[in-house]
Amino acid sequence: MKQPTTNPAIDKVNRGLRRRYRAERRFRICGATAIITALCFLFLLFFSIVANGYKAFQKTYIQIDVFFDPAEFANENLATANFPGLVKTSMSSLFPEVNSRGDKKELFYLVSPGASFQLMQLVKNNPNLIGQQQSVWVAANDDVDMLLKGHIDRTRPETERRVSDKQLAWLDALAADGKIKKTFNTTFFTSGDSREPELAGIWGATCGSFYTLLITLSLSFPIGVAAAVYLEEFAPKNRWTDIIEVNINNLAAVPSIVYGLLGLAVFINFFGMPRSTPVVGGLVLTLMTLPIIIIASRASLKSVPPSIREAALGIGASKMQMVAHHVLPLALPGMLTGTIIGMAHALGETAPLLMVGMVAFIVDIPHGFTDPATVLPVQIYLWSDSPERAFVEKTSAAIMVLLIFLFLMNAAAVYLRKRFEIKW
Amino acid sequence: MKKSILLASALIAGLFAGSTAQAAGRDYISIVGSSTVYPFSTVVAEQYGKTTNFKTPKIESTGTGGGFKLFCSGVGVEYPDISNASRAIKKSEFDTCQANGVKDIIEIKIGYDGIVFANSKKTAPLKLTRKDIFLALAKDVPDPKGGDKLVPNPYKTWQDIDPALPAVKIEVLGPPPTSGTRDAFVELTMETGAKTFPFIHDMEKKDKNMFKATTQTIREDGAYIEAGENDNLIVQKLEANPSALGIFGYSFLDQNADMIQGSIVENESPTFENIASGKYPVSRPLFFYVKKAHVDVIPGIKEYLAEFTSEKAWGAEGYLADKGMIPMDKKERDSIAEAAKNLSTLTMK
Repeated sequence: MKQPTTNPAIDKVNRGLRRRYRAERRFRICGATAIITALCFLFLLFFSIVANGYKAFQKTYIQIDVFFDPAEFANENLATANFPGLVKTSMSSLFPEVNSRGDKKELFYLVSPGASFQLMQLVKNNPNLIGQQQSVWVAANDDVDMLLKGHIDRTRPETERRVSDKQLAWLDALAADGKIKKTFNTTFFTSGDSREPELAGIWGATCGSFYTLLITLSLSFPIGVAAAVYLEEFAPKNRWTDIIEVNINNLAAVPSIVYGLLGLAVFINFFGMPRSTPVVGGLVLTLMTLPIIIIASRASLKSVPPSIREAALGIGASKMQMVAHHVLPLALPGMLTGTIIGMAHALGETAPLLMVGMVAFIVDIPHGFTDPATVLPVQIYLWSDSPERAFVEKTSAAIMVLLIFLFLMNAAAVYLRKRFEIKW
Repeated sequence: MKKSILLASALIAGLFAGSTAQAAGRDYISIVGSSTVYPFSTVVAEQYGKTTNFKTPKIESTGTGGGFKLFCSGVGVEYPDISNASRAIKKSEFDTCQANGVKDIIEIKIGYDGIVFANSKKTAPLKLTRKDIFLALAKDVPDPKGGDKLVPNPYKTWQDIDPALPAVKIEVLGPPPTSGTRDAFVELTMETGAKTFPFIHDMEKKDKNMFKATTQTIREDGAYIEAGENDNLIVQKLEANPSALGIFGYSFLDQNADMIQGSIVENESPTFENIASGKYPVSRPLFFYVKKAHVDVIPGIKEYLAEFTSEKAWGAEGYLADKGMIPMDKKERDSIAEAAKNLSTLTMK
């Protein structure tokens, strides 16, 4: 028989103790399970993206010997020369036994249609090449690329794969001669969009994203900070400022497509700005990120203790000096963090841009704010919708690039917070 | 602080000045419209941009209807020059165009696209008729017990419709109502399939609305799954679920022939040759429309037309055929190329 303790309260605690420990353990396990589940999904996402896309950073090339026949360059204008003909002649010289028209077509299909533009570029850069023989590594067609990367199964019956038995034999012969190589895919980082997967790149979309975000940043940061400072430090507290506050909080939750519709109505239809350009896209994203920045900036202004303000006012600073010299510098790290998170939002946004025409096929790399442009997430969307198999890995590769940008921006936000954080 | 404000305002002022100056003249072609024509017009645009000194056209995939809405809003550099369409322009759209001052429109037919019903290679291909498809997918179907009465669709498996078909649950992944592919699919299979029933055929004359409702309403009990506009996604889902059937354009079948196969419709399989010759019954023409008033204002439109209507692009051996577009026959190509050269405009009564 257990000896009763003298204090009945302790008894009561002791009786419930085990149950309370159990409850706590359950609670902790729940939390840990939630985290582990989230991590599993994250890992699955990264794994599937990387597994799908890492091969896109490599590209297959075929070596051909080109004779830049002077007869082809009789015309002054280089662009009119028959470069596709040069490629075809070179391919034929590799396999002189191929004669029939159908077979030749299959043979020429092994190299990318971009090969002729590559030769054109070579001759443009160095006109002395005319009349010379040179061996050139040209891009292979996307189907060849897919085959060599193992995305096309060569054991399948011929009718079920996009590379015929003859093409397989030629490729094997080329590989045996060392005329096929895989190297780092620079095209992917230096060129604009293309309908040929082997020629498509993300540089155009990256530039578009850059110009768009530059507009967004240069408008939304000053406006957002000014609005926050006024609301927090100068505005009287009355019904009007309450209404404004409620509206700003509401706007932060409005679906982004609504901003796109607004942008279409105001900037394009009313002000007549050009469609599909970073100016319009940037303005629309400014509208979208403003509430986020205002809310973050107000929170960070609120966290500056009133003693700072009172001390500044007490030694005779004007209200503006108090804000500009003391409160704002202290609140700035928090504001920057909010801005960067807002920018990261804007970088990943497609819906509002759909309405202002930035979801478009654009080959030329934009060189300014009024050139037609598209942005990274839109490029991902467009590629994911393309029928060619090779765009699957391009899509994943572009997602990786976008994720890296997002990661860098969020890391910058964390760094700023840690670096300049002031504990009161 | 002051400096940065000055800088920002200068930047903004510069931007606005730049954008208005730009709006005054546009040096690239602006194209909008159908997502079905998009893969073909983009290839032409890229080729055109690389082989001429003009800038590469900008192409937005807005859907056929959305394209016409933009195209018909007016004449001027802020409006698109060309609209792609996976069906011919409707009278109502033509009238909108006229009302907004877009008087002269050039219609150019570019080729055909087949709509295929495909399933995974892991199972046998289906042999369907348009009547089967109608019975499988319509919301209300004629009473299987007979009589001219419509009852909610009772069919659960393909075998319920035709004993020759497999005893597999009806599960079809297809495009949503906003898609041009859906319009064409409804018109080419559902309507034709429904008309095999005499009383529905008669309904077309007696009660047009009832006819439309009967033939165009797709069942909503889970047998038809709207899979979004992304056809690649449908292909992946078919691979994962061998009993499902998917509806999409021929080019996706062409690119994924190792994973999926097209069902045989009315005894014809969806091959390039069968669609080109018109034997395969579910195919539709593709078009694009050009604003004549823009032809001499925006540089390069004539050259773009020439590129699109050249044999190396839309010919039987052309690069568009490589991308999965079904070419027209030589005679038709020649006459349309001639019309494109002369900029013959469309009239509609």
